[in-house]
Order: sequence, then C-alpha cells, then structure tokens
Amino acid sequence: MTTPTTVFDEEIRQRAREILARYPADRTRSALLPLLHLVQSVEGHVSPAGVEFCAEVLGINKAQVGAVASFYTMYKRRPTGDWLVSVCTNTMCNVLGGQEVYDTLSEHLGVGHDETTGDGSITLEHAECLAACDYGPVMTVNYDFFDNVTPASATDLVDDLRRGNRPQPSRGARLCTLKEMSLQLAGFPDTREDAVADGVPGEPTLRGLHLAQQHGIAVAGFNPDTPIKKKDDSGTAKPAATAGAAASKPASDAKPAGDAPKPQEDKLRGAKEANK
Amino acid sequence: MTTTPRREVLEKLTPVLTKRWLSPNAWTMKTYEQLDGYAALKKALKAHPDDLIQLIKDSGLRGRGGAGFPTGLKWGFIPQGDGKPHYLVVNADEGEPGTCKDLPLMTHDPHSLIEGVIIASYAIRAERAYIYIRGEAVHAARRLRNAVVEAYDKGYLGRDILKSGFNLDVVVHSGAGAYICGEETALLDSLEGFRGQPRLRPPFPATHGLYASPTVVNNVGTISSVPYIVLGGADWWRTMGTEKSSGPMIYSLSGRIANPGQYECSMGITLRELIELAGGMQPGHELRFWTPGGSSTPLLTADHLDVPLDFEGVAGAGSILGTTATQIFSDQDCPVYATYRWLEFYHHESCGKCTPCREGNYWMVRVYQRILSGQGTHEDLDTLLDTCDNILGRSFCGLGDGATSPVTSSLQYFKQDYLDYIEGRTAPRLSEKALVGAH
Repeated sequence: MTTPTTVFDEEIRQRAREILARYPADRTRSALLPLLHLVQSVEGHVSPAGVEFCAEVLGINKAQVGAVASFYTMYKRRPTGDWLVSVCTNTMCNVLGGQEVYDTLSEHLGVGHDETTGDGSITLEHAECLAACDYGPVMTVNYDFFDNVTPASATDLVDDLRRGNRPQPSRGARLCTLKEMSLQLAGFPDTREDAVADGVPGEPTLRGLHLAQQHGIAVAGFNPDTPIKKKDDSGTAKPAATAGAAASKPASDAKPAGDAPKPQEDKLRGAKEANK
Repeated sequence: MTTTPRREVLEKLTPVLTKRWLSPNAWTMKTYEQLDGYAALKKALKAHPDDLIQLIKDSGLRGRGGAGFPTGLKWGFIPQGDGKPHYLVVNADEGEPGTCKDLPLMTHDPHSLIEGVIIASYAIRAERAYIYIRGEAVHAARRLRNAVVEAYDKGYLGRDILKSGFNLDVVVHSGAGAYICGEETALLDSLEGFRGQPRLRPPFPATHGLYASPTVVNNVGTISSVPYIVLGGADWWRTMGTEKSSGPMIYSLSGRIANPGQYECSMGITLRELIELAGGMQPGHELRFWTPGGSSTPLLTADHLDVPLDFEGVAGAGSILGTTATQIFSDQDCPVYATYRWLEFYHHESCGKCTPCREGNYWMVRVYQRILSGQGTHEDLDTLLDTCDNILGRSFCGLGDGATSPVTSSLQYFKQDYLDYIEGRTAPRLSEKALVGAH
C-alpha cells in the first residue's frame, strides 16, 4: 500500500512548506488548492495518498481534503495520461465544429469523456468555455491552445502525441506533461529555458489594434503628467457616476443573496407573455 | 472578403489597455518600463491614498467583470483605521462563455495588472493581494508569476516600496476548474481552501471578505485600468465612453463574423459598428441572435443592432452589458440548440449549494434534450418557464439567475423555433437513444 511517506519525498515536503509560507500563518488552509496541484504533479492524479498528504500538512482531516478535491474539475481522481486533451464543446465552439472534433477524437482514440487510452498516454475530455472564443473551435493539450482545429488536424495532433512528439501549440509555451504543468499550477516557476517567452499573440487578439494602426487611430489628450487632485482642491471635482449600478447586476456586488436582477426578471415576464 | 470600415466607426477604436500587446516583449519588465510602465506607481505613491480613491470615483470607472459596480465607491466602502488587515483580490477566473479578454491581457501585458494591484492596494491600505487566476490559464499564469518575480526584484513589491513606507506582497493563486469561482464570494471561499460556493450576503466582502476582513474584489480589466487613470487623469478617461459608462472597453467578438477578435472601443459602440469593424458577417450568414456580454446575459436579436453597448443602453434593451463578450450567431444557428448547450454548462458548473439552481438546471437540460430529439410537448415550454421562475432570485448567487437568461430570452424571441421541433417541422437534432427514461 502506498502511503504519503513512500510517495512524497523530502523535496516535495520542502515545496509544501514553501506553498504554506505564501499565506498568513493562521490561514494555511488557503494552501489547499496549490497543495492538491502539487500532489497531482507527483502522481498524475490526486490519489488517496495525495489526499492524506495534504491533510497531514495542513492538520485537517482527509474528508475535508477529499470534499475539496472532488469539487474541482482539474483534480483527476484516476490515473491520467501525460497528455490531457480537452476539446471545447460549449456553445460557440460547438456550433463552429467543436462537437464534431470531439466526436471524431473520441472514436479515433476509442475513449469517452474523462477516459484514458489503453497505452496510458492520452486522456480525452470535453471542456466548457476555454476563453478563446475568437479562435474557435479550440482544443488544448495540458491547457495550452491549439486554435481553429478541424477533425483532421485534431486527429493528426493526437497521433503525433502518441508517436512521442510534442507538437507546438498555436500560442503559449511548448508542451509539457500534465505532471510538469501541475507543478507550475502549484505556483512554481516554469524552469524550461525561455518557455515563459514562448508564443506570440495570434491575429484575432491583435485585430482591433492592427485596424487602429493601419488607419492612424490613437486616443487623444493623454498627458501622463496630469496632476492628481488633492482633497483640499475639492469643489472642482466632478461628482462620481454612481447611478444605474444596482439595475444591471448579474453578479454579486452589492446584490443581496436572492435578489433577481431586473433585466432577467423582465425577460421572464416577456417570455411568459409570449407563451400565453 | 472584407470591406474597410467607415472613418467615423474606426474612430471609435480606443486602444488603451490593449495597446502594449503590439510590442512583442511587453510582458517583460524591460519593455514594460520603456512603455510608461511603473510611472503611474511612482506618481501614485506620492499622493494620499484617499485622493487616489477620489480619482477613481471621479473617473467613473465601473467594474469590467460584468456587474459594472462603480470601482471608486467599492474602494471607499473599505473601513479605514479599523485595525484589521485589508485585502485586494483580483478576480482573474475568466470563464463566462464567450469571454476572452482577460487571458490575452495577462499573457501579453501582465505588468499592467501588477502595477494596478500595487496602486489599488496602496489606496485601500492592503498589505496583501491575491490574484486568483483560472486554473486552465496556464500560459497567462506563467507570465504573471514571472512578472511578480521581476517586480520584487525591482523593489516594486515587498517591503518599503520605493521608500514610501508601503509594504505589499502579491500571490498568484491558480484555481482548479470551477466556473462558480468567478463569483466573488465563491472565489473567496475557494481562496480560503474550501469548495467554491457562494456566501450569503450581506455582509458584503467590503467588511467581511477574505478571512472575514475588509476586502476589495476587482476584475482584471478594472485593476489594469487604474495605472492609465492615474497617469492620464479622470477627465481624460471620461473623454471615452458615455456619461455613466466611461472609458474604453475590450469587446470580444466571436462567431459568424469575418474577423473575430478583440476590439477595444469607446463604451457605447453598437453591434452594427462592431460588426463593421470585424469586416462584416461571414459570407452567407445573416445575424439572428447574439449575447451582449456572455451567456448569462439575455440574448438580443437583429432588432438590437443599434443599441449602445454600455451599462444603461443594454439594460434599456432588456439585457445586461456583462463582460462585453459578443457571441454572434446567424440564421444557420439554432437558438434552441444553443440554449441547450449553455444549460449543459450551467448544470455542470452549478456548485450544488442552492436547490433551485442545482435541480432546476438538471431538469431543464432534460427538457431540452426531449424537445431537440423531437419528443417535446407544448407543456414543456410551461415547464421551462416555471423552472426559470423557481430559479431566478431564489439562489445565493448570479449563476442560477444567469442560467435563466438564454431560456427566457430565446423563448421570448424564438418561440416558433421551439414549436417547430415540438410539432415536427424541424428534424430532431439529438438522437432518441440518449433519452431513455426521459418521460
């Protein structure tokens, strides 16, 4: 049986101490998410031994750690491949072809969502919005992006991975394994030579800027030496705009729990009207 | 095939927060400093913190994360002289479907966020700040962590920053894949090492936030705006945008347009103008529906092309400005299927704390599957609206509220599309085999 003592050596324990030191001394539980990334960087998933290790380091019980580990999608509960292949199938990527990419890969690899290929190299998952909709449909390998994918390019990509190659992502750094990436998520620097410098912005990211540049558009009147008004020069300051905030709240700022935002309430009324 | 936008539309482009993305190494300290970097910090540390809060109030800056709360007001809520530690927490958990503005900002210009963090912390008297970044945003996190190290080396972080007597430590904290953690109180629970579940409010984070201490939670775009306001002044900031929605905003355009991408424009630009900037619709596609700011904001249609995309304008059209993630769908996309896919998302991401959201989304997904597989009934539409009525305003946070947006708005504008599935005029989109036991 594996225990925290056999799996996590002194180097990992030292890293755990470094993680704890980032948070106030009486608030070390804040270290739990990075600690879970740390144990995943050793085993490739969060095992019972990993849970026990986190519990021991933080002085809380295993159930408390397990409850957190099972809540978050990125902590894998079963052995996971070196290459976590995630295909966005949320609405935008979906209609642009992401669902077809996912279905093709699933058939090609012979695995379903959150399953690993027989050789243990690739874990496939369908993902929710990966925040790159202007490059859709997108997929990621260990969360580095491959943009505008097609069923054919996605199939070539996973075949390349299975041949032992590390294809270059469209943006972002050259690929690292799931374990290596998990160590970065635990808050440790990417030690690969110049990996942080990898990647240039793609055209969609720069589109508005290029348009402004081509047509000589710039924001006028910027003077970095504009003085900051002091309290005593008051009377000249304009009143701050505060209106309208409460009317358009989808999020929580100043919204008491359970208050519905007005536009959404109106929308429900409108839909009921249309359904009469 | 794209046409050049008209001059008056081009002039609505306001590259401010995005401008450094054009400089290849702007993510490094060296290049950032050559491009006005940390000049705002030096200026701010000479000012009184209260004057900085007033400056942000005067600028009219409102939160860029979706709610549009006035930033200066939020900072002003932090009780001063209370003897408690104060915290600044940056919400970098970008995940609202359609939204993709914070990741490029942190990847290509991470120092602007860190400079904003230092100034904001100084203003609210916080000595610790956390940047809670979405777990999946690995490359942005690499750049951000690198920038934090560079800022410590330069003496912009740490003890007695630039001999001002002000101390600040910044930690970049990666999440682990939970959309709900973009909700500020769920984020705080997650940052404290718990499941990310929203808290009952009041009390608000301004008095009882991280570790039950006064806390400001701001979005990446909000905090990154601060150095520009400190340098250029409130009046300059207000030359952009509208009276109640000042400044520039990064509009993220995706979908059926010729050139999807990031367009930083004066707030109040319309979708018609944005589509013009993006080179028009894709050939053969005609605009049918769109989200003004992510999937949690009620859908709009081709009738809303001239709505000013600022906080008031969009609210006036019955939706919410949200994150200005405009996802553009055409006559070749089905609003019923699109809504179904969003509901799968809300169902997956509901944290499970509140029964109406947890159960309501679960059941709505099943109703949509039934409709899309050609087995829907007219009563299903009543069931959907009834479920929305039971979710909306009956959950702790906005996730449940947001889930009702695509349902109610698509039913209001596209009821015929639903009826076409139910009455057999549209071919089923999903296969029946997924539906065992659905009735």
